[in-house]
Amino acid sequence: MRCSPQTPRDSGGVAAVKRKVIDARGLLCPLPVIRLQEATKRLAAGTEVELIGTDPGVLYDVPAWCRVHGHPVLQTWQDNGQYHVLLAIRT
Amino acid sequence: MSHRYKAVALISGGLDSMLAAKIIQDQGIYVEGLNFFTGFCVEGHTHAIRQRNQKKPKRNNALWVAEQLGIKLHILDVIEEYKSVVLNPKYGYGANLNPCLDCKIFMVGKARQWMEENDFDFIITGEVIGQRPKSQRKDTMPLIARDSGANDLLLRPLSAKLLPPTKPEREGWVDRNKLYGFCGRNRKPQMELAKAFGLTDYAQPAGGCCFLTDENYARKLADLWQTRGQRDYALDDIMLLKVGRHIRPKPEFKLIVAREEGESRFLSGYKNRFVSLYPISHPGPMTLVDGHLTDEGLILAARIVARYSQGRDADRVEIKAISSEGECCLCVAPLKPHEIPAEWLL
Repeated sequence: MRCSPQTPRDSGGVAAVKRKVIDARGLLCPLPVIRLQEATKRLAAGTEVELIGTDPGVLYDVPAWCRVHGHPVLQTWQDNGQYHVLLAIRT
Repeated sequence: MSHRYKAVALISGGLDSMLAAKIIQDQGIYVEGLNFFTGFCVEGHTHAIRQRNQKKPKRNNALWVAEQLGIKLHILDVIEEYKSVVLNPKYGYGANLNPCLDCKIFMVGKARQWMEENDFDFIITGEVIGQRPKSQRKDTMPLIARDSGANDLLLRPLSAKLLPPTKPEREGWVDRNKLYGFCGRNRKPQMELAKAFGLTDYAQPAGGCCFLTDENYARKLADLWQTRGQRDYALDDIMLLKVGRHIRPKPEFKLIVAREEGESRFLSGYKNRFVSLYPISHPGPMTLVDGHLTDEGLILAARIVARYSQGRDADRVEIKAISSEGECCLCVAPLKPHEIPAEWLL
């Protein structure tokens, strides 16, 4: 499924999932991971996070960080030189 | 229910810290990892900036190690705090601008702070006695433990048998008999231990993970301090030192000339903050000018850029110069190789 940035997914009658966007454009890894790590400390379980970066390393490092911390990656994609990772926060 | 002890491991992404964490994990200790981003890390950046090796998937070795060990890894941004280590190292520099001993004290100190804030019991590192001439010697091991404030809560599993027992050993949290007595620069014991653990894929030692140990990088950083008249830096300064050819034809300005398309793209991100130069009559590199340009300096800069373009043998090359005040085109003769003295190249 493809989600447009900043648009909560259609919840089909269930309360919409909160979406937090982290703009990591212009940052080289590992700074996008660090921005994500800091943000997740303040987010409730179930929140969806979309990280947007311009360093292609985002597509490797962010999912790796998510795997070691147990946050599922829902989707990754790229468009117009930008790299997107959508993940869900777990406690 | 018995208490499960918790250790925080410094994870660089290399083999030694991986083994240290694994040794302690195998004793039933809960382990989480810390990795520090100082801004000088070689890890990742050069892959991200440069075009070559694009077919090879890039990985962050510290995250990869954490994944192999099944531990959480926390990457800490220490850019600002780390400045005091680089600018005023109590124990001085190594061969270049590498303050290795102060760096290790700083990182273990940060790990101590993290340990206290997160209710962990002790710290582990992959240090091996005699492996590094500046920071990993038998006489510096107690100094690091003391100056970091970690004291006897700092355990080095790879060399523990050559050091006095730490609190985790004395109290029986870990079994000292299952620790090691490695020393020296020989890596065979670590490789054999990795094999015994079934670890076959790990980062190879490649001359350090920090740009401050690199002679060329250190020369560019020293030039930055000298020409600015003060020893200080911002993150962008130290990032730009990793990219391109740095050419200083005059004390008041230097050029950063991209060496390939990836670097050109990276430097483009800074074009609103510097004067930028592009060849327009011939293919050529993106160039930034750091410093103050007079009219005469602009012509010289354009001639240097022309030299590094594909019009280097042409009579004239057109160069576009763009700054916050506007843009202009110059038609210049490329400098000849002998007109670029070696001392201009940083």
